[in-house]
Amino acid sequence: MKDSKTTEEMNHSRREFLSKTAVAGTITIAPGVLLHSTAQASGNTSTKASDEEVSNKNRWGMLIDTAKCADGCTGCVDACNEENGLVGHDRPATDTQYIRKVTLKEKSTGHELSLPLMCQHCETAPCADVCPTGASFVRADGIALVDKHICIGCRYCMMACPYKARSFVHENVENQKLTAPRGKGTVEACTMCVTRVDNGGIPACVEACTAEDHNAMIFGDLNNPNSDISVALKEHGGKQLRPDLKLNTGVRYQGL
Amino acid sequence: MSKIEYTSVEGKSLPYFALLGGLAFMMLLAIGSVFYMEHEGHHVTGMTNQIVWGMPHVFAIFLIVAASGALNVASIASVFRKKIYEPMARLSALLALALLTGGLVVLLLDLGRPDRLIIAMTYYNFKSIFAWNIILYTGFFGFVGAYLWTMMDHNVYKFKPYAGFSAFVWRLILTTGTGSIFGFLVARSAYDAALMAPMFIIMSFSFGLAIFLLVLMATYKWNNMELGDAVVNRLRNLLGVFVAAVLYFTAVYHVTNLYATQHHDVEKFLLLDGGIFTNVFWVGEILIGGIIPLALIYAPGVKNCRTTLGLICTMIIIGGFSKIYTILIAGQAYPLEIFPGYEVTSSFYDGVVNSYTPSLPEILLGLGGIAMTLFIVAFALKVLRFLPVSLADSVADPHSAK
Amino acid sequence: MTRFLRPILVLIGFMLLSTSTLAETPFPTVQKASDEGAKCIEPTHEMRRNHMNYILHERDETMHEGVRNEPGSLAACIDCHVEPNEQGVVVDHDNKDHFCNGCHQYASVQIDCFQCHADRPQEYIKRSSHTSSIKDQLQQTLAASDASSEGVNQ
Repeated sequence: MKDSKTTEEMNHSRREFLSKTAVAGTITIAPGVLLHSTAQASGNTSTKASDEEVSNKNRWGMLIDTAKCADGCTGCVDACNEENGLVGHDRPATDTQYIRKVTLKEKSTGHELSLPLMCQHCETAPCADVCPTGASFVRADGIALVDKHICIGCRYCMMACPYKARSFVHENVENQKLTAPRGKGTVEACTMCVTRVDNGGIPACVEACTAEDHNAMIFGDLNNPNSDISVALKEHGGKQLRPDLKLNTGVRYQGL
Repeated sequence: MSKIEYTSVEGKSLPYFALLGGLAFMMLLAIGSVFYMEHEGHHVTGMTNQIVWGMPHVFAIFLIVAASGALNVASIASVFRKKIYEPMARLSALLALALLTGGLVVLLLDLGRPDRLIIAMTYYNFKSIFAWNIILYTGFFGFVGAYLWTMMDHNVYKFKPYAGFSAFVWRLILTTGTGSIFGFLVARSAYDAALMAPMFIIMSFSFGLAIFLLVLMATYKWNNMELGDAVVNRLRNLLGVFVAAVLYFTAVYHVTNLYATQHHDVEKFLLLDGGIFTNVFWVGEILIGGIIPLALIYAPGVKNCRTTLGLICTMIIIGGFSKIYTILIAGQAYPLEIFPGYEVTSSFYDGVVNSYTPSLPEILLGLGGIAMTLFIVAFALKVLRFLPVSLADSVADPHSAK
Repeated sequence: MTRFLRPILVLIGFMLLSTSTLAETPFPTVQKASDEGAKCIEPTHEMRRNHMNYILHERDETMHEGVRNEPGSLAACIDCHVEPNEQGVVVDHDNKDHFCNGCHQYASVQIDCFQCHADRPQEYIKRSSHTSSIKDQLQQTLAASDASSEGVNQ
């Protein structure tokens, strides 16, 4: 496991907490921080200071090129499960999935393609609209999240989500990851690896896809015209899923 | 007008305590189920990430819808000034409160975190229809409670018309809200219809009155009090109109869906190839809950037969459950249309019809809600005077030539 | 008169009895911080009384505003205060020797932080070969979907 190796090396740095320095998240996202320093204001990663509030100057999004997404590859899914400590219980109907590989076959042509599907991080998110307590919300920079502190587990958001992107935690959870708190009786979904993003990193799935050399996923700031994602979108375009609902999703697809 | 005399039930007989005991036992089973479900997590239920609302919600929605309908009799009396309904107004309001309590308790106890009730009451997202409903339910208790008070306390009796009118308006808004829980879900093909709200109102009329009639007949029979045909037949005819109206709304809902080409697939699923859901729809909702009771209500041979009327009410209640089951569960079982024009497969049940097998604890929880409703009614009838001493024809409707 | 006095006396006796048993409950031994020389973000008496306010305030700022340098984050508390005990074991939050649970049990204040949050520093959490079953399921399903396309018309 990559993480435990890293943490053991950095065991010493735990002490530094006391002197008010590093945020705990730094340990796990060390590679992201590196990226941060070399990619200043490129729009590909966040450059906000750690004490700065997120703002609508940024809109984080992902672009997925279905032509590059390899059939049978589950790199992004594995990375996501690892990152968030998602454990299966051999109960596929109730086990949590933040991201899943979907295989599509065009009915008229028989053309087959596969793509990863996760929370689409809508600007006008139905989940946030219906949530009675406001636990489902969209952050100023476009990341849709569940505040599990005030989620009562009513599952209305799951009824409302057009992408079935959300899972309900159906059992007790132990040994959670530091950056991925999750527990029984609350609803959860892809967070676009919000802790990584805030610390100048990129989501685990995008990282894994790049590491596999498939490069089917691009992460970046949709509001920054110079970011890789904006450039790619301008050049080749990108579709939203269920565009009829006018949700202005943060995740876009090419080749659909 | 002669003054109506009210009484409470004696409530000292063995059958009365047996009834309370039986209901208490059912509530105990429900509480056990809740502890089991909340301790283990929801994986022990039939609910999944695909069917996220299951049996508890069917029971809860049924009870909440019926609550608003049970207020019918009282509303007709004080808002529409129909004297014959006047004596039954107290019981009507009591039943409405009890049904809402039962339904809400079921809904609450199925939450992932029922221990966070305080959060549900202190954090509001005013855009959420669910949050509106929390306010609507609380308001319903307030308005109907005040209405009951004006009916039962002579000092505030003069405010009764106002209280009755507010309660009437409020219950209409409440059921609109309940129906809108589904009506605004754009994501799911079977739900997205503005018709849901008025359909829920008409459903509430029908289910609520059926329950009211059953409770009324049982109470008067078990206490050897007189209940005349004039009253019962009035309610019976009214019930017929409501049942027909529910059938009409159901037809309109499906026909409008059939008109829009984009909804053809989901309609085909609901009406033809939905398997269990199609059966529940045609047999449960349409036949048992609609056509047969309607035929029996207007059948000449059984006009004054109380047993038949009891059967009719039971069938309407079964039909009501079937209707909410098909709306709620079938609507979730039908796959989301994320990729039009594609066949879809994944590890997360994309593109397949989801199956749902309700588990015993879920059903016990739902039945516990019904038991709680009836317990409240039975207990309240003993401690306060809700029942007119007699509802014989001569008392209830002196003008009806007979 | 004695008719009234007796129950009151019994009640007072009960209260005395119960407080005396309470007094005998030993004050929990609070675990020392990992680094003896280090200072907490605020003096001990302040933290004892008001730690929840720090955690709650910063919880919302982090969750909703993305502010990540909060000194009083729950993770920071855990990281410093939850350490192996004399037997070299790092206990979990249900154990009365857990830094948080010791006092919370003593004071009968129930917290539900650890239903979601990690209760130990990450290096002390042993993870089994997790995610394997999700991965296996996924590959099975993908294999099955290749074998026979069983998607329902959409």
